[in-house]
Amino acid sequence: MPSWLMAEPRPVPFRGGGFAPRPRRWVGWAVFAALIALAEIGTRTGFISALTLPRPSDVLLTFGELYRSGLLWKHLLPSLSRLAVGALIGASAGIGIGILIGLFSLIRAGLVPLVAAIFPIPKIALLPLFVIWFGIDEGSKYALIAFGTFTPTVVSTFGAVDNVDRTLIRMGQSFGLSWLSIVRKIVLPGALPGILSGLRVSLAIAIILLVAAEMLGAEYGVGAYILEAGSLYDLERLFAGVTILSLLGLGVSAVIGVAERWLLRWRH
Amino acid sequence: MELRLEHVSHRYGATEVLRDVSLTVPEGRILCVVGPSGCGKSTLLRLMGGLERPDAGAILQTGDPPEGCLNPLTFVFQDFALLPWRSVAGNVSLVLEDRPLGRRARQAIIADVLERTRLGDFARAWPRQLSGGMKQRVAIARALAVRPAVMLLDEPLSALDAQTRELLMEDLVALWSREPFTAVYVTHNLAEAVRLGHAIAVMSRRPGRLREMIEIDRPLEAREVGDVELEARQRELWLLMREEARAADAELVDG
Repeated sequence: MPSWLMAEPRPVPFRGGGFAPRPRRWVGWAVFAALIALAEIGTRTGFISALTLPRPSDVLLTFGELYRSGLLWKHLLPSLSRLAVGALIGASAGIGIGILIGLFSLIRAGLVPLVAAIFPIPKIALLPLFVIWFGIDEGSKYALIAFGTFTPTVVSTFGAVDNVDRTLIRMGQSFGLSWLSIVRKIVLPGALPGILSGLRVSLAIAIILLVAAEMLGAEYGVGAYILEAGSLYDLERLFAGVTILSLLGLGVSAVIGVAERWLLRWRH
Repeated sequence: MELRLEHVSHRYGATEVLRDVSLTVPEGRILCVVGPSGCGKSTLLRLMGGLERPDAGAILQTGDPPEGCLNPLTFVFQDFALLPWRSVAGNVSLVLEDRPLGRRARQAIIADVLERTRLGDFARAWPRQLSGGMKQRVAIARALAVRPAVMLLDEPLSALDAQTRELLMEDLVALWSREPFTAVYVTHNLAEAVRLGHAIAVMSRRPGRLREMIEIDRPLEAREVGDVELEARQRELWLLMREEARAADAELVDG
């Protein structure tokens, strides 16, 4: 008698599943809340000394004060305009040049090594140069942010253009579409997902450079505010400033998310 | 309009793909091209459509394309080649937008070809919402929209399952019966070749040469699944190709 006739039948063990990220909306907020609660409890009980970490409720109070005194807008508005102008210049130049690199072999051969050479330069090191070229005022800050946004945008844009499905381009040619139509209706929409995800990285870099630029010479701005708080060892204000930056980052990311949902609605 | 190939040879680098192919695509008929994999049948089609230049020989078109023809040599691709960011109607519209047509005329053509391919209800759907068979019908509608003189079909049913393939073959026969078009139909599927071909060009393995030209006289509408005569022709084709296919299968890809 074969052994399987006598054995008890068992269910086949399950070993699939997993490796499929699913949205869990509240988890992110819960992590934030837990960390803040931990800091609050720690500082109140004295487990964490006031020198190590400010009390979150005090940071909130400082923030409220900043808002009431009107200083918040005085610092935030110049920062936002610097970010907007600098990132707009850098990202549009980056997308433009990236598309040209993707389309023309000559431009690719000429510019890709150049971009590779300037990508690893910490742009902040060039600030003195930018001050001489563009002036101590807004000009040098715009230039720094634009330059820092430009390089990652170029790289992600020409990568996105390279990844456009060639069979779609051949299809366009086989139907006698003009060169311009192929670029406008096939290459650009095909590259858009890659360009947008590249912008996420570029704009985060823009925020970092914004703060760096403001730390090196600005009366008002979130960076100046943080620098001042830091040199006075005023941790509550320092953290209030850092919180503003985080919110700025979340805001930028949300804007790109909305743009993606609208521009790439054919995807989902 | 007729398409004629005269002593066409082509190579990719060191690999000779086609050697001295001469054939004629007669007007109003479907020419199927069959052959073992890698015999250069898709290359042959790309050469006919002007997507590549032959190394030697000539590809000639004789006679004028029919009245109102917008793109004489029009492809239908194996992987459909639909733009995912355009709706069904938008994909058809794409190939009309560069043409001197009014908005009205364009809309009329789109409505007409979608109706002929039974896609009228899906004009606003995105490609990702469609089944494989529907996607290929959109690609066929797009090809019909430019009123081609010659349709160049590159394994159009190979990416589809057997049932869908059967349905689409019936669709193609119905389209052809309603308004006969000239077509070159490249396939590795012999059943498709005997169902759709007025003539079948059998290619040898690489370097591809024209081995034989087989004519099937029975009208397309009269051909059915399980037809004894067609099965016999298919068997005849298979016997012709069998050794070649076996040899081609044993070759290294970049030999």
